[in-house]
Amino acid sequence: MIKISLLLLALVVFCSSAYAAEGERLKLATTTSLHDTGLLDLIKEKFDAKYNVSLDVVSGGTGIAIQYGERGDVDVLIVHDKVREMKFIADGQGLERRCIAYNYFYIVGPKDDPAGVKGMNATQAFTTIMAKGKADSSKVKFVSRGDNSGTQAREILIWKKAGFNYTLVNNSGPWYIDAGQGMGATLNIANEMQAYTLSDMSTFMAYQGNLSLVSLIGGGNDLLNVYVAMAVNPKKHPNVNCVLANEFINYLVSNEGQDLIAGYGKDKYGKSLFSAARGNCTLIGCSDGECASPTNASCATA
Amino acid sequence: MLIAALNPQVVEITTRSLFISLSSAFFAAVICIPLGGFIEFRRFWGKGTLINAIHTLYSLPTVTVGLMVFLLISRSGPLGSLGLLFSPAGMILGQTILVSPIMTGLAITALAAVSPQIRDTAKSLGATEMQIIITVIKEARSGVMAAVILGFGRALSEVGVAMMIGGNIRGYTRVLTTSIALETSMGNLELSMALGIILISISLVINLLLNRIRGRWI
Repeated sequence: MIKISLLLLALVVFCSSAYAAEGERLKLATTTSLHDTGLLDLIKEKFDAKYNVSLDVVSGGTGIAIQYGERGDVDVLIVHDKVREMKFIADGQGLERRCIAYNYFYIVGPKDDPAGVKGMNATQAFTTIMAKGKADSSKVKFVSRGDNSGTQAREILIWKKAGFNYTLVNNSGPWYIDAGQGMGATLNIANEMQAYTLSDMSTFMAYQGNLSLVSLIGGGNDLLNVYVAMAVNPKKHPNVNCVLANEFINYLVSNEGQDLIAGYGKDKYGKSLFSAARGNCTLIGCSDGECASPTNASCATA
Repeated sequence: MLIAALNPQVVEITTRSLFISLSSAFFAAVICIPLGGFIEFRRFWGKGTLINAIHTLYSLPTVTVGLMVFLLISRSGPLGSLGLLFSPAGMILGQTILVSPIMTGLAITALAAVSPQIRDTAKSLGATEMQIIITVIKEARSGVMAAVILGFGRALSEVGVAMMIGGNIRGYTRVLTTSIALETSMGNLELSMALGIILISISLVINLLLNRIRGRWI
């Protein structure tokens, strides 16, 4: 018995030796799109080397990322849902919004486009998919993230703009599939079922190789997708690493950070997955202060 | 090919998986085996109910344990000041809690199977309660070992606690199971499968090792 315990202990010690000495850590909660595409891996590599720290990336939908922020479990957030971002700041949970990148949501679907939505705008397309899906759900289906993410928030917004009550849409029949999963998994489901879905452009491009779905609509204000970084307010959560969080945000809006974002994916996908916020502030609905200027938010805790 | 090439990142993830699940199994064993002894040897009110409760907790969903531990060690939770969320230490805590019912329950079962004469003999020779428990545990080592192996297996293979408490942070809290979940969701099915094979292989090696020791040393 004692020997087993010793053996177990020895194994534990052996394995723990694999752990390097830990430097300062910065915890970032991020939306899955920035993570699954590999952009944050690249940013982490550069940022870690430059500041000699370790950026810990926890990836989830915007909903859970904001929860982590509100509980003080992370130091900085990157999310994409303006309504909840504004609320986060208004509640005193976050310091400042900084727009760091943007692209567009895509409405993707089967190649033969059974609902015939190609060329429509987002609200028309949703209305059409719903009408045709209700008429024959074996031909036209729509898969929703259903996970409280920023992408789902946008989906709900488009339903609203098209004049529908989202709860009713969600319960209106077998054509509407509530997946409850991340973007990648949702795309895979839509692919298997040959259904329509709303995807952020970057995840769709990163997954496109494995999918037979095509992008049918992508552009216009309804589908604009702006990524925002916010430091968690140390007044609410004194334990957060606010100084390093600000450094990180400043790095993202710096020329170096913006170049990284704007160039990411060109070699692999033939097209950048994200556009830099720098120089496009007005276009993407951010104020000059929210974009490409270093943050000078105070890290005072009281 | 991934397994053969021993990709450094795969090695790192595998080592971390081993470290976290072995630590959890170790702490759980240190707590649960003596605990099982006390529950088995003492007579107290509600003992049957307690054992039933422990058996029920065998099927404790890993995500529920994950959620409970999350609320406990989140910065806004009672143990928030320790900063354990999204760290390997937090994962070890969560997995220890997760495997404790199984280890305790199986330890009780193993100890109950030991002939009462051994207990009585030890008692008549003037052994203290702790000494009696140790004597009986030695007699029941096969069953106790099975409890530890099962606990380790559950810790190694679970994904709920690892995901919710660890956060699947690359280079820090990413383990085999969370990698499999991530890679599958990203559509890298071959890599997921390779990681799964590694997971099963580790389990096999550890089991062979422990069974060999059981045959030889004790």
